[in-house]
Amino acid sequence: MSHHAVSQEEIALMAHLLRRAGFGASRDEIEARAHQGYDAVVEELLNPADAPGIEEDLMYRAYPSYFDKAAIETGQTEIVYRMINNKHQLKEKMALFWHTILCAGDNKVDNARTTSMQYDAFREKGMGNFKELLLWLSTDPAMLYYLDNIESHKTAVNENYGRELLELFSLGVGKDGDFNYSEDDVKACARAFTGWNLAPTVPVFPYGRTPFEFRFDPADHDYGEKTFLGETGNWNGDDVVEIICKQPSAARFVARKLYDFFVADEPPVPSWRLSEPRDLAAIEQLEKAYFDSGYEITAMLRVLFHGDFFKDEAIRYAKVKSPADVVIGTMRMAQDHTEPKPGLFFVAMEPKYMGMDLLNPPTVEGWHMGREWINSGSLIDRINFASRVLGDTELPGVRSMVNRLMAQGDSLTAEQMVDGCLDLVGPLTISDETRQELVGHVSRGGALLHGTEEEQADFSRRAGETFQMIATTSEFQFG
Amino acid sequence: MVSTSKDPVLAVVSLSGGNDGMNAVIPYSNPRYRDYRPTLGIPEEMIIPLNDTLGLHPSLAPMKKYWDEGKLAIIQGIGYPNGSLSHFRSMDIWATCEPDTLGVEGWLGRVVKELDPNKENVLTGVNFGRGLPRALAMEGVPIASVGDLSSYGLLTELEKEEQRNEALDLFGRMYGPAIGRGAVEDFIRSTGVEAMMGADILGTAPGMYRGEEEYLLGNIGGYMRDMVQVHNAGLGTRVFFTTAPYNIFDTHANQAVGQSNLLNDVARNVDSFMADLRHHGISDNVVTLLYSEFGRRAMDNGSGTDHGTGGVAFVIGEQVKGGLYGMYPSLEPGDLEDGGNLLHNNDFRSTYATLLENWMGLDSKPIVGGTWEKHSFV
Repeated sequence: MSHHAVSQEEIALMAHLLRRAGFGASRDEIEARAHQGYDAVVEELLNPADAPGIEEDLMYRAYPSYFDKAAIETGQTEIVYRMINNKHQLKEKMALFWHTILCAGDNKVDNARTTSMQYDAFREKGMGNFKELLLWLSTDPAMLYYLDNIESHKTAVNENYGRELLELFSLGVGKDGDFNYSEDDVKACARAFTGWNLAPTVPVFPYGRTPFEFRFDPADHDYGEKTFLGETGNWNGDDVVEIICKQPSAARFVARKLYDFFVADEPPVPSWRLSEPRDLAAIEQLEKAYFDSGYEITAMLRVLFHGDFFKDEAIRYAKVKSPADVVIGTMRMAQDHTEPKPGLFFVAMEPKYMGMDLLNPPTVEGWHMGREWINSGSLIDRINFASRVLGDTELPGVRSMVNRLMAQGDSLTAEQMVDGCLDLVGPLTISDETRQELVGHVSRGGALLHGTEEEQADFSRRAGETFQMIATTSEFQFG
Repeated sequence: MVSTSKDPVLAVVSLSGGNDGMNAVIPYSNPRYRDYRPTLGIPEEMIIPLNDTLGLHPSLAPMKKYWDEGKLAIIQGIGYPNGSLSHFRSMDIWATCEPDTLGVEGWLGRVVKELDPNKENVLTGVNFGRGLPRALAMEGVPIASVGDLSSYGLLTELEKEEQRNEALDLFGRMYGPAIGRGAVEDFIRSTGVEAMMGADILGTAPGMYRGEEEYLLGNIGGYMRDMVQVHNAGLGTRVFFTTAPYNIFDTHANQAVGQSNLLNDVARNVDSFMADLRHHGISDNVVTLLYSEFGRRAMDNGSGTDHGTGGVAFVIGEQVKGGLYGMYPSLEPGDLEDGGNLLHNNDFRSTYATLLENWMGLDSKPIVGGTWEKHSFV
């Protein structure tokens, strides 16, 4: 491969792409990707190769319990391992994307394997067709259980899934000031999904858990006539999904959700009837891709990552990182747990401590993003975690960054140390005041040399301290 | 105003998910109750009578003591006009007091601002749990949000005290000028400063607590105990909040067992909380509100109940005048709201206004939006 010199801007843009379309990367990978070129990397992200993104044999051999997932924590740990190690980073990020929207919580499902299988399906189907995804979701055992569709019968309709499918999974309450559906549509939708149920399961051992299985029960389905979003017929669930997907409000829903997740924070869905998108032109481009492609998510993502609104410098480091971004981004930057080793469990619990209990969203609405990730408790957890990891100069990613700093010259000034560290963990810009405080702190330690072994140890320790303190800054909370 | 010389404290517990009011406070003598609840009706002999027409769910037995003492007020038929059947919207409405527009400020956030406008105490409002509930959200109002009281602190991985002190000093200076690149970063900086101050102070609480009461840990019990610890430490906290996890009262299915366990959890923890406060001699200036964002449908669905409107709330405390407030909603089919829901007859903002004016000594108008008829439970 020919290596043209990459500019600082190319590195910054690539770092931005890899943070948003994945969970960040080591500095070494960012530079290699920048050499590969932005467009080529986008295409690679959009078209995961046939080769698996992760060596599953190795993973299951090291962590056999991931296979059965008897406990929810096992499912969470496997997800975190995959987030750190999946080479198909966008695929992994899209699994998280759908999990924040079409979510079931194991606090209710109480069957860790079934709940985890929903997440696995988002990984496999998350970049495919939206209609296929909703159809699959309507047969997903975790969802049918979570939103009580198993209790919805021809003679006693339970509206829970029917309502949330419209309110939170596909249309939203309203757009442009109008309501997207009525209470009668909710009832019709719920009736159309009667009989979408689970097969009885036999546990493999007493009190054991067997994954739930979908079963359509024709005897329990309401075959009567229904009027749904203005169309009348003997609708079944798949007809309802068909009707949903052709609504302009469905295009708006997916577009705005993608924009919110990948570009810049939007308010939560319940307010969308009255709140305008923050960048209507961008949303309209995404909506067009939705209809032009016949509801293909990858087509929308292609428009998104090539859009000027995505590359815009103003949106970089302007989104509060989700707990998953904080934890996985830090691990990938430091190159920790890039292969099976003890201690992953404790890393995997961190997103929960920061307010993002994977597989256990607080409500069917998922998590509120943006500044709502931050409160005094979660901020303490975020700071403590990231500073602990980035201060550990034994970790390969941190070690590599320290070596890069040493390569800058035989002796560094405090300014060079601080600016070098900021460049390597970002490139990240911080306020002048904060930078001055850091420079002052570093300069108090005297000259930064690395000739002798003793000097090298001192240099490493102080570089680690600088990374650590950068991880505590307010600017570091953004991605 | 109240007779106690100590500052009044308000504790609020959200029973998230929509508690079924009709099976918590049961209109047992009304034949309609049996019609509506063919599956979920509580057998009459198990109901704990409050009077000739109403009784408590058997799982609420531990709260009966406070009823008998006259320290438990039950607000019946509580809600708001055109009740939203969406959990999130309804929770937001209870949190913001804004049913017609999309509010982002929480009513308790406004209360904390009113009590401590100059942010003299970062612990005036304390939430227990991860994440900040909307009820406490307000620009510029510090709220300590405590996931785990026993290990709350910043840069705790730095073991050498000197190194940690130096790092905390630097942190304080970096976060000091609250000028970032925008509102969100300013918010992060002020949160950081408050977190550092709050953590130092809160760390003293567990050591001052001598708890003997047993709580049911898991849902709200641990956090209710934490409230007692912090109140006991005398840190000046005036507003406590916690919420039951995960929409847990959303009993669409298998409600008979589910709600019974949930109410048992609530009642036993409320009992432990009250007993714990009394044991520490600090119960006289605490009033506790327990509410849910809506009640549930009158008719059961064969296994559970779907989202409804009019519900029930509880207020408990030494200064509370126990009894029934509001009216029990009519169960006559013609009196139900569209879709078969109990019609509310008193607005939740009346309950808020009562707590704010008669207990906290605050002008409720700007906090709940407008003037609402007050109850007399405190």
